[in-house]
Amino acid sequence: MVLLLTSVREERANGASFAELALPLFDSLYNFARWLAQDRSEAEDLVQETYAKALRAFGSFEQGTNFRAWMFRILRNTFLNSRTALAAARTVPIEEDEYASVPPSAQETPESILLNLADREAIRQAIEELPVGFREVLLLSDVEELSYREIAEALAIPIGTVMSRLARARGELRKSLQGKLTRA
Amino acid sequence: MACTLWHKEIDAYVDGGLAQERARKFEAHLEGCASCSADVLARMKWKRATKLAGRRYAPTAEFRRRVVESLTPKPERRPNWNWLAGWAVSAVAIVLLLVFSYRGRVPGGNSALSEVTDLHVSALASAAPLDVTSSDKHTVKPWFAGRLPFTFQLPALEGTGFTLLGGRVVYLEHSPAAQLIFQVRKHRISLFILQDRPPASRGLQAAQAIVEQEQFTIDTWSDAGLRYFLITDASRDDIRQLSGLLRAAAQANGS
Repeated sequence: MVLLLTSVREERANGASFAELALPLFDSLYNFARWLAQDRSEAEDLVQETYAKALRAFGSFEQGTNFRAWMFRILRNTFLNSRTALAAARTVPIEEDEYASVPPSAQETPESILLNLADREAIRQAIEELPVGFREVLLLSDVEELSYREIAEALAIPIGTVMSRLARARGELRKSLQGKLTRA
Repeated sequence: MACTLWHKEIDAYVDGGLAQERARKFEAHLEGCASCSADVLARMKWKRATKLAGRRYAPTAEFRRRVVESLTPKPERRPNWNWLAGWAVSAVAIVLLLVFSYRGRVPGGNSALSEVTDLHVSALASAAPLDVTSSDKHTVKPWFAGRLPFTFQLPALEGTGFTLLGGRVVYLEHSPAAQLIFQVRKHRISLFILQDRPPASRGLQAAQAIVEQEQFTIDTWSDAGLRYFLITDASRDDIRQLSGLLRAAAQANGS
């Protein structure tokens, strides 16, 4: 009987199956993949491959570390090896400048006005047009609401870089929207 | 005039990335600073707008089904067993012959071994021999909890060439037992585990004993109050390897 109880407790402690952990992330992973790949069938391939890779590697996943960040990291690495990413890599490299970029104050530009004017579709378009390095950090932070630490894990960059890159991504987004609105 | 005191930390505050103490300090500052308050509000609005805009794509139901299926062990895997049905009839005939001849040659011999053989053969012959179908020991093992008056350990099989197919509850020597079916190459191996009580052990050595019966090799041993039987038509080496893994798993738990 003692043995039986021990066994049940063990299963609860470390027996959470891969599916139990991974399936709740399905919608988020797909949305993220689609934003990266910008193509339905490519996004599906990315997600499918991510699940297959993660399932194979699940044995080596360290219990207690962040599963969500781990999954996003696999997805993102899979994307980096994909056709779209390899093509994109040739276009806009992001200069990493950790401390120089101070985000513009929200007051210097009439941002709240801008925001009220910008409809959702315009924001989507602006996100779409961001270089992928900015797009991914913005999505992980604002859409998936990952913490800086989780984003750092997912993108394999230091937390300081997460913060500076995020600030620059947001700056680019505002700039792009502003351009759209003044042109309109 | 815009306040620049906290400029570098406003994003971190809005993103929940500021250390608790630092955040409290900033909140105190916010109470008296209209400039920073407006800034925080604007950034929060941006974050929210980005979130709403960013939730854009939903997977199709068909794609979801595909991924879920690829992850969930399910009864559809049973068709694996269908190929068995073809030769099952002849196999049963041959094996029954062997069993009966064995019984004939060992009058009053160990009935546990005969039962083990019968159960193994009936599992091979059945179209749906398993009550729990999974290659994941974390699925199979808990399934037995509550169905058996004991628990047992299963080894990790990755890279060993053995695959767990699933299991069922059977009765062996009038005691409930776990029957687990493994596969190595094309061969099926049955493992029976039951409480080690005199009927099951009758005529058996406590130590490991490998018995060859025509086509079948049976290995049996007793460990920590449990009696194990492995039966298969695979090679002796296979059975030794699997019993080694099982013993190691049981001992790893015991120590």
